[in-house]
Amino acid sequence: MTESARLRFHVPEPAVRPGDPPDFSNVKIAAAGAVDRPPVDVDAESIREHAYSIIRVLDRQGNAVGPWAGLLDDSQLIAGLRDMLMLRALDVRALMAQRQGKISFYLQHMGEEAVSCAFRKAQRRGDMNFPTYRQAGLLIADGYPIFDMLCQIYSNERDPLKGRQMPVLYSVRAHDFFSLSGNLGTQFPQAVGWAMASAIRGDTGVAAGWIGDGSTAESDFHAALVFASTYRAPVVLNIVNNQWAISTFQGIARGGSGTFAARGLGFGLPALRVDGNDYLAVHAVASWAIERARRNGGPTLIEHVTYRVGAHSSSDDPAAYRPKTESDAWPLGDPVIRLKNHLIVRGVRSEERHRALEEEVMAEVIAAQREAERHGTLHAGGKPSTRDMFEGVYETMPPHLRRQRQQAGV
Amino acid sequence: MTMIEALRDALDVSMARDDRVIVFGEDVGYFGGVFRVTAGLQQKYGHDRCFDTPINESGIVGAAIGMAAWGLRPCVEIQFADYVYPGFDQIVSEAARLRYRSNGDFTAPLVLRMPSGGGIFGGQTHSQSPEALFTHVAGLKTVVVSNPYDAKGLLIAAIEDPDPVIFFEPKRLYNGPFEGHPERPVTPWSKHPLGDVPSGHYTVPLGQAALRRAGNAVTVLAWGTMVHVSITAAEETGVDAEVIDLRTLVPLDLDAIVTSVERTGRCVIVHEATLTSGFGAELAALVQEHCFYRLEAPIRRVAGWDTPYPHVHEWEYFPGPARVGRALLDVLED
Repeated sequence: MTESARLRFHVPEPAVRPGDPPDFSNVKIAAAGAVDRPPVDVDAESIREHAYSIIRVLDRQGNAVGPWAGLLDDSQLIAGLRDMLMLRALDVRALMAQRQGKISFYLQHMGEEAVSCAFRKAQRRGDMNFPTYRQAGLLIADGYPIFDMLCQIYSNERDPLKGRQMPVLYSVRAHDFFSLSGNLGTQFPQAVGWAMASAIRGDTGVAAGWIGDGSTAESDFHAALVFASTYRAPVVLNIVNNQWAISTFQGIARGGSGTFAARGLGFGLPALRVDGNDYLAVHAVASWAIERARRNGGPTLIEHVTYRVGAHSSSDDPAAYRPKTESDAWPLGDPVIRLKNHLIVRGVRSEERHRALEEEVMAEVIAAQREAERHGTLHAGGKPSTRDMFEGVYETMPPHLRRQRQQAGV
Repeated sequence: MTMIEALRDALDVSMARDDRVIVFGEDVGYFGGVFRVTAGLQQKYGHDRCFDTPINESGIVGAAIGMAAWGLRPCVEIQFADYVYPGFDQIVSEAARLRYRSNGDFTAPLVLRMPSGGGIFGGQTHSQSPEALFTHVAGLKTVVVSNPYDAKGLLIAAIEDPDPVIFFEPKRLYNGPFEGHPERPVTPWSKHPLGDVPSGHYTVPLGQAALRRAGNAVTVLAWGTMVHVSITAAEETGVDAEVIDLRTLVPLDLDAIVTSVERTGRCVIVHEATLTSGFGAELAALVQEHCFYRLEAPIRRVAGWDTPYPHVHEWEYFPGPARVGRALLDVLED
């Protein structure tokens, strides 16, 4: 009989905390071009190692290399850079408006712009996204007007959602952008259900679900993977691993699993990890997964490895939970700078032209912001009608809501 | 026709009329459901329209929301109402609010059918009546059926409704109008007028109560199994009670309630669910708000005790005809 040891309780801790030097030695980075590109109808079992590596296209010199390169031309890449700059400019201006008290709250994308901007370019019209709050690039890359986004953010009289939702919780069916909830993980099984409907009706649309590294711990993540796996739903399930869930490092959600992508293996899903700060790699991997689903190959799980450079939201200060210089040490760099460098290597951009583009984009956002503010901000100017507060709970207003609206005197 | 047959007929009629109607849930496909409501539907409409799901209610409801947003009309079976809680977040935070938060950009026209109530020795996990939890959520409609005719008409109406509907089927009523005396055999629905179910399409509109027994001395508000128990109690006590079957809790037919209570001046509310914060509390508040000056006695509630549903003490827990009858007699003396 073996002697029983006293049981010990384990709580994972990040390698470093504020005051320590940043340490990403545990983030293993494959060289650009090193990971093979299997055929889209590959047997998921035969690409299990893809769940542990990182698919990358752009190398440190700005070259696009390897089997995942070569899908996008100069003008598409320039458009991609513009989308990312637009998202970054929107974030800058919206955060400023939050500090000025003109909006209640904001969630920025700094460092993660490539994920949503590049992904949208791999989709077709009718491929519905079930996003989280950090994929506004899906809208920008689809040409949704910044003005409309800002009106939603301000909850003003032109807010398409009539001031019912917190800032950035957009809903834009016309741009394949499902209504954002604010609850975490719930949209993951919904994306699978949408994809099931598409297949049941013999349509062509492929859905995309989105979730953060922290929220993979939610039961809905498991629910989505079970349903996607069982019904081979035409859906791309995206995990955006930005290393941090507010103040909680990713080890709390990941536990003993090697990677988040590896969670897909037990469900028999092809699971790919991609450099989320590499516009070309995200686009290539998204295209692969969407193509596979479109050909009735079923779902794919993608882990986008990136880094949340900014705070979680306008309500927290990352200096309280991680080293101040950690973002500078992030080994996958900045998605905007990396794409810019690639365009310089391609000979179609220069630092001067890049600066000019940045200024042009910022001017465009500022103009849209001025126009939006003319229609009101959170506490001043035009506001959605209070009478509307009672509309849309049901298609037809039931008697008890009519009585309450009367009581409210609106 | 039994209530099970009526519900199956409603699904059949709806699936035949509208190919967007999809039926799924645990054991509902090949096997036809543990209560046999979906029997034969997979054979008739194929695997695309009627299928089994993994045992995962948040996945079932979440997928239904995605399908409904796509444009289908999912009618889902939750095997027992007691099992719905893992799907609660999807119902409360998602289905209920989708229309509102997206300003109509997306909607969730889905139905969640679930057997509820006790009386089959199902213990605490096969006996609950959690309707009040759903009536508290803005954006949901809540239906509790009491007979085959309504079951078919209300289910078709729920499937055709543009908003999410929580649809309770008191399982003790599946095979007959259970009067609350477990020691006696249940009269089959074939011998009851409301077991006479027309074939083809018809609806019973949501939001309309039904008068089940006319009377002048006291108004009884009930739904589901308690409708039959209340009628039995009135007959056994000889109290001239008016029994109103609410059928839909949200939207509520307040006019029917107020009209009756203003005439009788007395009100007893009966539900099988636990007392505290049950829907009876809402009704009591509404009755006193709207009928205070016509009330001759305090409003009384008869409900399940505030305990989990106890397995062996099922009939001590169940608010049967004796307890309801006592309340009817007491309210006349108040």
